[in-house]
Amino acid sequence: MTTEAPPLARNAVSPRKTRLGSALNEFGKAPVTAWFGIIVILAYLFVAVFAPWIAPFRESDTSGPPYAPWGGDYLLGTDQLGRDMLTRLIYGARNTIGIALVTTLLSFTVGGVLGILTAVRGGWIDQLASRFVDVLMAIPSLIFALMLLSVFGSTILNIIIIIAILDATRVFRLARAVAMNVAVMDYVEAARLRGEGLAWIMRREILPNVMPPLVAEFGLRFCFVFLTISALSFLGVGIQPPTADWGSMVRENSTLITYGNITPLLPAGAIALLTVGVNFVVDWFLHKTSGLRDEH
Amino acid sequence: MSTDRAQANGGGLLLDIRGLKIEGQSDDVWNEIVKGVDLQLERGKVMGLIGESGAGKSTIGLAAMGFARPGCRITGGQIFFDGIDLQTLSDEEQRQIRGRRVAYVAQSAAAAFNPAHRLIDQIIESPLTHGIMSKADATARAIHLFKKLGLPNPDTFGQRYPHQVSGGQLQRAMTVMALVPSPDLVVFDEPTTALDVTTQIDVLAAIKDAIRDEGAAALYITHDLAVVAQVSDEIMVLRHGKMIELGTADQIINRPEEDYTKRLVSIRQIRKNGEALPHAALLAVDNVTAAYGNLLTVLSNVSVQLPPGQTLAVVGESGSGKSTMARVITGLLPPKSGAIRFDGEALPAKLSDRTKEQLRVLQMIYQSPDVAVNPRHRVREIIGRPLEFYFGLSGREKEKRIAELLDQIEMGEQYIERYPGELSGGQKQRVCIARALAAEPRLIICDEPTSALDPLVADGILKLLLKLQAETKISYLFITHDIATVRAIADMVCVLYKGKVVRFGPKQEVLSPPFDDYTDLLLKSVPEMQIGWLEGVLKTRRMASAGN
Repeated sequence: MTTEAPPLARNAVSPRKTRLGSALNEFGKAPVTAWFGIIVILAYLFVAVFAPWIAPFRESDTSGPPYAPWGGDYLLGTDQLGRDMLTRLIYGARNTIGIALVTTLLSFTVGGVLGILTAVRGGWIDQLASRFVDVLMAIPSLIFALMLLSVFGSTILNIIIIIAILDATRVFRLARAVAMNVAVMDYVEAARLRGEGLAWIMRREILPNVMPPLVAEFGLRFCFVFLTISALSFLGVGIQPPTADWGSMVRENSTLITYGNITPLLPAGAIALLTVGVNFVVDWFLHKTSGLRDEH
Repeated sequence: MSTDRAQANGGGLLLDIRGLKIEGQSDDVWNEIVKGVDLQLERGKVMGLIGESGAGKSTIGLAAMGFARPGCRITGGQIFFDGIDLQTLSDEEQRQIRGRRVAYVAQSAAAAFNPAHRLIDQIIESPLTHGIMSKADATARAIHLFKKLGLPNPDTFGQRYPHQVSGGQLQRAMTVMALVPSPDLVVFDEPTTALDVTTQIDVLAAIKDAIRDEGAAALYITHDLAVVAQVSDEIMVLRHGKMIELGTADQIINRPEEDYTKRLVSIRQIRKNGEALPHAALLAVDNVTAAYGNLLTVLSNVSVQLPPGQTLAVVGESGSGKSTMARVITGLLPPKSGAIRFDGEALPAKLSDRTKEQLRVLQMIYQSPDVAVNPRHRVREIIGRPLEFYFGLSGREKEKRIAELLDQIEMGEQYIERYPGELSGGQKQRVCIARALAAEPRLIICDEPTSALDPLVADGILKLLLKLQAETKISYLFITHDIATVRAIADMVCVLYKGKVVRFGPKQEVLSPPFDDYTDLLLKSVPEMQIGWLEGVLKTRRMASAGN
């Protein structure tokens, strides 16, 4: 009879892998693309964290001549005000990535909590939140963000809040959809019958089961937020000078392109490389988690 | 026409499988799931393949068509169909054989039909694309088969869409689909498992007649020995990818040789000789009427009582309202009228109005253990949470109690760290029982706790429930569609039909004549381990069918 506990001695129960151990094991099996992505992300993080020590100048030092060529004191030349390009690139990583990360975290907190809540509660809360989100999503988000930023002013706090809320709509949709599939499971009903509160059900019964798609979405959203910030900066309503930021760096130096100088493409390249890196890692993660789902 | 052909072909070997080995992939590792099986099937004969889940019976059934599911590969042995080695054929040549000469009937007809097309178009699709029949001929043959399988209005039945016919009818339509091209071999993969017993019997009889009249050979795959005994000439018992025993149906049922087969034959023999003592009821359902929305009334004026320390079995087929009754009692679905009383005091109708104590004394066990435990929680958390929640236990005290509970459900302490994915179906159900017991309830509602499990495993669970009742004097409200289970565990029985109580009382009274028509049908529909049972029952039935 298969229910009869198989005669497993205590030590025969497969040596239990720690979470860290199995995670390291997974890394070992990761494809080259994922490794590439991981290295790129780590390098960016390193640069962002240690910017003041790595950068040759200070963020807004206008020490050099404007539009200096590459080489000499200024490895990648200077911008229109004579600030060192390399320094600006390094500080740009810090500002752009930092703001994008905070924004994405905020949008996931808001969208995720609301999404799971509406999936569990249903009824009028669900209707209200979903229709509100529909309205927000009906307006093209870049234009909406432009409008709100012009109304409220382009401070960093406003940028974070506005982009986070606009992005939270997408997170809300995803979280609600996956949580709905979990909310109908018998174990959620069992928790309800036990008398568990809403918060416990959301946090302990639902959240662990919707984590994989949410984490994957986190990687993608991070890229989009990042691109949105750069786009807004390029349009002049994003991060304001003299704070270094990749989007505005492209805009400020774009005239150089006319003269065959590729310097303005460097920040654009930095954006592209990080986007590709994050996407490689997300692809790998998606592959892993969807594989897990096939097992049961 | 086809009867002639079958006779012309006479006997002779149709399917000859030798030393078949199949591997399946899980976690990037290939494991052997069929370990060298030989199978010979003659023309016009029916062979039953029986075994529990994981025995490899479906895999063998598909291999008989030269097919391996994605994630499976045939690694050894030969499959001869009418003298042709299927593995030497190209994909296209195999396809030609599959549509015309071998057909397949899947377990869930509802999933196998496309809801967007009419039945007839799907049924005659295969002979048309293979170019073996004209549309008119194929349609005529389908109508002929509709008639033979006893489908209503055979001339127009095919014009309906899949959602417009019942599950039993759909399963028969699928059999028609398989039989239209007059195949030499039909593989039936658990064709009646998803059906109610009262429906199963009609489908079974129809399938049996059809394959006999059409002269087709068949492989009949099921986990229910009593079912296979009704339709097969020969039975092969499989376990863990190996053949355990092969013999004629009569021999396997009446004179099994292997130990495993003997255990399969002797299941459903647990009996509880309950004497229903007159007692103040622990749980009383008073005149309850319940509905989903304002339209669909699922329960009407239902009243039952359950004495303490006893088991009330609520029996009925799908749609009879038995699960709704559980939802009303637990407070998930407040009734339209009527009341639930527990130990004399009325329970609030809504779950949110009940106190923690009222919730604690009433626990629940679910049908499908796979979705009844959170896959991301370890056994410790699953069983430990009610201890924390109701009794505020923590630390060593909690660990000790979890170990006791694991002991009580006959599993060891070594399972405490495991995730549900690392447990078998039966073990998961035991963990669910432990979770219910952890609350130290006075009543456990068991919603078909054994129907998703293999027969031998289900037997183990029933024995465990009986043992726990003897130890703790707990009461069960046991929802089931299976009369054999009722006989095994009940003291009181309530027969539900279309939301009404047809019969209610002590087991001996309910299960002995005189019967009403529905109870008669229900009792007679449960397959028995006896050759020729099907024919006998069909002759004596009073009610043709309850709603197939």
